[in-house]
Amino acid sequence: MASQIDEQQVKHVASLAKLEFTDEQLSKFTPQLESIIDLFESIDKVDTTGVIPMTSASDQINAMREDKAVNSHQCDELLKNAPDTEDGYIKVPAIIDESGDGE
Amino acid sequence: MNFYDTDLTQLHDDLVNKKISATELTKATFENIHATEDQVQAFLTLNEEVAMKQAQEVDANGINADQLVAGIPLGVKDNIVTKGLRTTAASKILDNFNPIYDATVIEKLKAQNFINAGKLNLDEFAMGGSTENSAYQTTHNPWDLTRVPGGSSGGSAAAVAAGQVLAALGTDTGGSIRLPASYNGVVGMKPTYGRVSRWGIIAFGSSLDQVGWLTQSVKDNALLTSLISGHDEHDLTSSTREVPNFASQLNDDTSVKGLRIAVPKEYLGEGVDEGVKETIKAALKHYESLGAIIDEVSLPNTQYGVAAYYIISSSEASSNLQRFDGIRYGVRATDVQNLEDVYVKSRSEGFGDEVKRRIMLGTFSLSAGFYDAYFKKASQIRTLIRQDFEKVFENHDLVMGPAGPTVAYKIGANITDPKAMYMNDVLTVPVNMAGLPGMSIPAGFSDNMPVGLQIIGKPFDEQTMYNAAYAFEQTTDFHKQTPNLGGQN
Amino acid sequence: MNFETTIGLEVHVELKTNSKIFSPSPVQFGSDPNANTNVIDWGYPGVLPSTNKGVVEDGIRAALALHAEVEPHQHFDRKNYFYPDNPKAYQISQSESPMAHDGWIEIEVDGQKKKIGIAEMHIEEDAGKNSHSPNGFSYVDLNRQGTPLIEIVSKPEIASPDEAYAYLEALRQRIQFTGISDVKMEEGSMRVDVNISIRPIGSDKFGTKTELKNLNSFNYVRKGLAFEEKRQQQVLMSGGKIGQETRRYDEASGTTILMRVKEGSDDYRYFPEPDLPVLNISQDWIDEIGQTMPEMPGDRRKRYINDLGLTDYDAMVLTQTKEMSDFFEATIAEGADAKMASNYLQGDVNAFLNDNQVDLQETDLTPAHLAGMIKLISDGTISTKIAKKVFKAITKGEDPDAFVKEKGLIQLSDPAQLQPMIDEVLAANEQSVEDFKNGKDRAIGFLVGQIMKKTHGQANPKVVNQLLIASLKAL
Repeated sequence: MASQIDEQQVKHVASLAKLEFTDEQLSKFTPQLESIIDLFESIDKVDTTGVIPMTSASDQINAMREDKAVNSHQCDELLKNAPDTEDGYIKVPAIIDESGDGE
Repeated sequence: MNFYDTDLTQLHDDLVNKKISATELTKATFENIHATEDQVQAFLTLNEEVAMKQAQEVDANGINADQLVAGIPLGVKDNIVTKGLRTTAASKILDNFNPIYDATVIEKLKAQNFINAGKLNLDEFAMGGSTENSAYQTTHNPWDLTRVPGGSSGGSAAAVAAGQVLAALGTDTGGSIRLPASYNGVVGMKPTYGRVSRWGIIAFGSSLDQVGWLTQSVKDNALLTSLISGHDEHDLTSSTREVPNFASQLNDDTSVKGLRIAVPKEYLGEGVDEGVKETIKAALKHYESLGAIIDEVSLPNTQYGVAAYYIISSSEASSNLQRFDGIRYGVRATDVQNLEDVYVKSRSEGFGDEVKRRIMLGTFSLSAGFYDAYFKKASQIRTLIRQDFEKVFENHDLVMGPAGPTVAYKIGANITDPKAMYMNDVLTVPVNMAGLPGMSIPAGFSDNMPVGLQIIGKPFDEQTMYNAAYAFEQTTDFHKQTPNLGGQN
Repeated sequence: MNFETTIGLEVHVELKTNSKIFSPSPVQFGSDPNANTNVIDWGYPGVLPSTNKGVVEDGIRAALALHAEVEPHQHFDRKNYFYPDNPKAYQISQSESPMAHDGWIEIEVDGQKKKIGIAEMHIEEDAGKNSHSPNGFSYVDLNRQGTPLIEIVSKPEIASPDEAYAYLEALRQRIQFTGISDVKMEEGSMRVDVNISIRPIGSDKFGTKTELKNLNSFNYVRKGLAFEEKRQQQVLMSGGKIGQETRRYDEASGTTILMRVKEGSDDYRYFPEPDLPVLNISQDWIDEIGQTMPEMPGDRRKRYINDLGLTDYDAMVLTQTKEMSDFFEATIAEGADAKMASNYLQGDVNAFLNDNQVDLQETDLTPAHLAGMIKLISDGTISTKIAKKVFKAITKGEDPDAFVKEKGLIQLSDPAQLQPMIDEVLAANEQSVEDFKNGKDRAIGFLVGQIMKKTHGQANPKVVNQLLIASLKAL
């Protein structure tokens, strides 16, 4: 199976991940990713028909917390770590797309 | 003061009996560190001032006999959050981050008045096997300063091997405790997934990450692992099972007679160094001489482990690392025109190459059109790998093999070939995939470098592993050999 | 060409639990920015979520209220996207195994009943809030981050804006009766995402959907959909094509305005949340919760009609909100006559709420006081006229019995007290007595009026009438 990633694809994935690469980086990264994805594709030949995916190794089921509210009173410390704040808000350059999660 | 000639129980007794004060011990620890740190470069942050103050407090208040680690300086891997003490995960993106809470493991140690000596180097966000991916420094193997200490808990392993601290906390997502333990000739235990709380461990692969100890001796490791284990309401994946006092079974009567040890043929096959193979085979022979029964078995899906592991761990990492966006904490890029710049520039400037590679691989593996062939398929392989182990454990108590296919390699040898680097994890990742406990103990030398024997147990059966490791340790002297840092100056 | 319309509704409902869905921070509104946040809400390095049991139980309650099948094996999934109000850059939601599926609710439009299917409903966390300033910056408040939400997705079975309106009404009502949410659009505890497409009647393929935003009331949903339905028809009739786009409803003009064209679908890279153990929901657990479920509006209506003798109309009005219905039931539990309680709630109480623009729970009116007043009317202690004064008092939290006593508003019904007054009035009004004898009945009205005047309106008119006629006849 041929590798499914080219520079165009790398750019698309980078935009999803909010990363940017210079052309120079791109020409270094692309073959590296290509070679690793080739390795990934080695699993393609395993017959996994009917095999239930394992997505956790925890032995816990229905572990939950009671609905009790606790205020951490950490607001000041939290804001102190933020790169930019104003009047108790975290400050960021203007959001132009107002659609939230893009829905 | 020399940590090679003592152990946790001895130090604790000496402190309780006032043969030594916590202040003296802490001072001696930092003297050790200062004497070797130029060569080893294990620490990212030294906590000397605070540690000395804490030691004085411990001396003033006296040491309680049931506080095993009270007044004893220990090291902490820098992806474990420590309140008020710089925590970077060896990443530039957390360069200015001020942690405002403690990881559960730290809380448990603090409850016993331990002394935090400082934060230990790692591959950035624990991604790597050599510490060469640290944004700050590369740690050097105390046995040969031109070699890597392994990773990602390379700082922790090197600090213990160099005698800087008696023990250090590490984390293990795909071998990050066992591989450096093997490369540095120390004992490293990755407990069963869920044995130790992950609260406060900067997440890499959430379904794979575990915290554990790197120590000089098996017994120290057992004592310390009992100390940090147990259910935590902050980590709902942590197990509610009772935690045994693992060390209570380690004594002169500890025996491996009749113990059924499985050796997967895949673990001694192609790709494993001849020197490593011979050392491991000799170790297995030694077990046989102690009365254990050795069987060759097959874990047929081992060959798919690395691919499936890198898909799953990178996918989880790509999501876990999205929170580092320059908005709420950490470093925000300065030259920004708009919100998109904040995201893209902060992340592109803040993350190193290996972290970016993993994020890219993970994002790709989860993206529309690829999820089924990559993430889902890898998760199915994960099931098969677990089933392989389950089958072997029907008739065996432990699985054994090498921890790594080679001994520690030269700094720079693999850095340009990430795929070759990934292949070093072939013997350790299946354990994380299956959620099993795995450890590495000193088993001999090859090329004058330490070789680690990997011991894999059934879920939550760390006890059998400690027993076997202890029996081996008590009848060999590999663990008594130490690197000669002075001679390498 | 004739078209048929398909409307899809995604409704988000905010739950009123004590703590957030994955962190113990309080769910509370109107606090200072970021005051109700902790390291989990900020997505700090190393933190982990922990599932609030109350939210899972509320999810099961909602599923039962919507006749949906609860999924026995559930897990959470991560939905990945970057946004300043989304601190982890993923939302913990349910995608692969939602809380429940295949439910329905009944609606009624123009007397026609219809079942609308619910495809699925799941629990998830809300995001924080961004506010925008014209100075080139946005401001993030994470208080809302982690507030529990239930998302309810309808099947494509809603065929008109009126049906959409009725669906939202019915949904709001049922959820409100479970007590898990205030379901108020104006306060953001109910939010509606709408999509609509049209196709020629008989076509087996759905048309291209447009999504509508900024629909801040049920009425705007109906109006926005009606406009969009017509707009799409006009586009298709004139040979145009509907674009896959998001449009904004403009309240002033009542039209929809293009916001953006969607290119393909967003890539949220969903995958199972590794930080949270799976949920196995047993039938026993569902049954246990089922037993604590409050009676749904339909059942209440039936009971009001059959057991309390109310009309269909009264029963419907009283069950429109849980508040009203609960208040009504509490009033009759205090001993008030059901019909009178119903009349007062729909009449004086409703008028009072409207005049003051308040909710029932925000007033000082209590079921005990309303019942007290109704009992005073029933037993003749006060007249309905005096009751107007008493009602004013009980809206201010005063006790009706004490108020009536203190103000001396008790109706005069004792003949021993009334007779001397009647005698006095008859003596002073000989002309009227004469008129009565000559068969002029209206003279009685005048005489009663004189007595009421004398007693400052407190005489019981019924008793006065009887005594007066008897006295006149005896003359």
